[in-house]
Amino acid sequence: MATVIFSTELQEFTGEGKTNVDARVYRDLVTELVARYDLLKKGQLADMAVAIDGVIIVDPLLEEILPDSEVHFLHFVAGG
Amino acid sequence: MSEAKEYKYIGQRSIRPDGYDKVTGRAAYGADMSLPGMVWGKILRSPHAHANIKSIDTSRAEALQGVLAVATFADFPAQKGASKDLATNILANDKALYHGHAIVGLAATTADIAERALELIDVVYEVLTPVMDIRDAIKADAPLIDEKLMTVGLAEAPTSASNVAARQEFKKGDVEAGFAEADVIVEREYYTPTIHQGYIEPHACTVSYDEAGQSMIWCCTQGHFDVRAQTAGILGMSLSKLKVIASEIGGGFGGKTTIYLEPVALVLSRKAGRPVKMVMNRDEVLKATGPGSASRNWIKVGAKKDGTITAMQAKLYYEAGAFKDSPMMMGCMTAFTPYDVDNMYLEGYDVLVNKPKVAAYRAPGAPQAEYAAEMAVSELANKLGIDQIDLRIQNAAKEGTQTVYGPKLKAVGLVECLEAVKNSPQYKAPLKAGQGRGVASGFWFNIGGQSSVVLNMTPDGTGILVEGSPDIGGSRASMQLMVAEEMGMEPALFRPIIGDTENLAFSQGTGGSRTTFATGMACIEAAQDVIRQLKERAAAVWNVTPDQVEWAEGVAINTAGDDKLTCAQICKGAERTGGQISGRGNINARGAGPSFAVHLCDVEVDKETGKVDVLRYTAAQDAGKAIHPSYVEGQLQGGAVQGIGWALNEEYVYNEDGLLQNTGFLDYRIPLASDLPMIDAIIIEVPNSFHPFGVRGVGESGIIPPLAACGMAVSEAIDIQIVDLPCSPPNVLKVIQENS
Repeated sequence: MATVIFSTELQEFTGEGKTNVDARVYRDLVTELVARYDLLKKGQLADMAVAIDGVIIVDPLLEEILPDSEVHFLHFVAGG
Repeated sequence: MSEAKEYKYIGQRSIRPDGYDKVTGRAAYGADMSLPGMVWGKILRSPHAHANIKSIDTSRAEALQGVLAVATFADFPAQKGASKDLATNILANDKALYHGHAIVGLAATTADIAERALELIDVVYEVLTPVMDIRDAIKADAPLIDEKLMTVGLAEAPTSASNVAARQEFKKGDVEAGFAEADVIVEREYYTPTIHQGYIEPHACTVSYDEAGQSMIWCCTQGHFDVRAQTAGILGMSLSKLKVIASEIGGGFGGKTTIYLEPVALVLSRKAGRPVKMVMNRDEVLKATGPGSASRNWIKVGAKKDGTITAMQAKLYYEAGAFKDSPMMMGCMTAFTPYDVDNMYLEGYDVLVNKPKVAAYRAPGAPQAEYAAEMAVSELANKLGIDQIDLRIQNAAKEGTQTVYGPKLKAVGLVECLEAVKNSPQYKAPLKAGQGRGVASGFWFNIGGQSSVVLNMTPDGTGILVEGSPDIGGSRASMQLMVAEEMGMEPALFRPIIGDTENLAFSQGTGGSRTTFATGMACIEAAQDVIRQLKERAAAVWNVTPDQVEWAEGVAINTAGDDKLTCAQICKGAERTGGQISGRGNINARGAGPSFAVHLCDVEVDKETGKVDVLRYTAAQDAGKAIHPSYVEGQLQGGAVQGIGWALNEEYVYNEDGLLQNTGFLDYRIPLASDLPMIDAIIIEVPNSFHPFGVRGVGESGIIPPLAACGMAVSEAIDIQIVDLPCSPPNVLKVIQENS
């Protein structure tokens, strides 16, 4: 199962630093997280980027999640 | 592809396709467009830093012969959220929020009449106390810039408004435990001033509103699709009814990723029934366009005697200007990323002040935070008696380092940059009395994103490469080289141009160091699409299947026989094999590779005047793969020079009423070529495995290290620890006198 590691900000809604999720794509992972944590809203995660195995993705939906993937949610990064 | 390999065209220092136009003056910039019947737009700006607008009376101005239209905030449809902030920055609603805030737009038949008409507009202000500094803005009794602003991100929901828009924190490990392990600790507060990107070309646009058909904007911008979206959003227009053409651009550096004039010009054009041209002067650029954030940053770092850094902590305050959303978040995410340290904790605060809404400036947010962090690390090295580069190598981030913002780093080139600088001639050069040397690292994420490219092949076998990313740093040459490499054909056979918003699907702007990476990938994909079609056409001619055709060096080869067809031959006969050939690359690029930079600065300080002279400067940076080495070096040198200006001279100077005092390049002094030595650029190439050629972006990391490299060099030259920037003559002299 993929490991999801929560930022300090998200830990306020999850109550824990990390969890394991069985999902094959990002969309399913978010659905599972929202079902697991009452305070975590889908919209809240939709406003964040995600890093899957170190690759930052700003607008994820169908990105593949592997059984040993490490997933982090983070804020959008823009540049100059 | 992750290992270095040899290329035929990539790595060449080819002549830029736009070079001749630029050196002969043919290139058309933002102010160079004229249309039949065109009139001139001008902006009336606030003379106050903070004031309620009690009334606006434009009747006397409208009565002046030649005045055709006026525009105020009331001409914009109702706005919500970020679009409301954008609209209210473009034309003030009920408050003037900074000196130079736009109040009224006006169009007249000549620029002179428009200027005279502005003087006939009567605005009644109720002047309020301005809030010009973070320390004042965060006080509990500070005048409020936005009376409805409630701080986001506090542990407990706030019960009253404040000037602090947001708080954010990032945590890794246990900093208290980390500091308990430390033998040496450095703790200081640092200041960086409000600064401007200093692009030479002012903002300019020419627009034509068409009620029935399609309106047009010609402007200098880093992202014309974003201009379309932002302008259409403010005016409630359909995207397909607005065509935006990006002119050549005379510098942007992040400052041209947003809009100021375009919606006003379109409203004026609609009302006047004529095309409208608007061009800012330098005074307007400095007063009213987005500068880079000022910051006050507290840093604490600790290490064991052996040089192991055990903990890093920061509290970062960033000025947002008069509207929320400073790059505080990115400051938090970058400050300590050059270090592989177990214990980190950062708090960030986004603070409103009565200054223009800040805009991106090369690696937005990173130079301020990394200045503070790097100064502290260098001081830590000195206290430990360890070489500044050795300490950094010992604690350097590398592949597998867990960042404080989450993911582990992939392969990165920080250690390679540090070692390159350590081995540079400059690092081995001795210093004389009164001279100082500073080293600093810099990290920037780089981004990918959406890019659209079309490669239209002509009947003679040459190609027109249409890309959607404005070329602000020579990217057309890089796109040309990447397509040439993929096609196996001479670069000169492909002409790269910037398409307008009608020619291409959406493309994100040029920024975030994304263009060579992301748009480059789209170019490669478009070239692969063309090759696929060329092979199909050759297969049709030879009556074989496409998989029996190979493509090499611009030639289709029939593996089932001895036949060959060149690209030109296939394109010439394209009408007989299915029509003309055109390739597309519409992608959302993933896998941007971060870029680390390390700079080395030697200075000499005149202790009688406080003047700092940069003697030698070396900049090393990981490019992944330098597609066009000259332009990569140019980015490294340009970033270094802008960072040196930030460190040594540049700052907005406001008086006690919050009025900007230095609104020209005589008083807001960016470095000149005569001020600086040659910047020695060292390109490090640790390939990014997510790009076919290994590219990372190089446009931003280079501005990060100069602040601390210069700051530390000055500190060592005067033997006093610098904390506040800029190290301008009066500031340095003051520090010397206070410590003598």
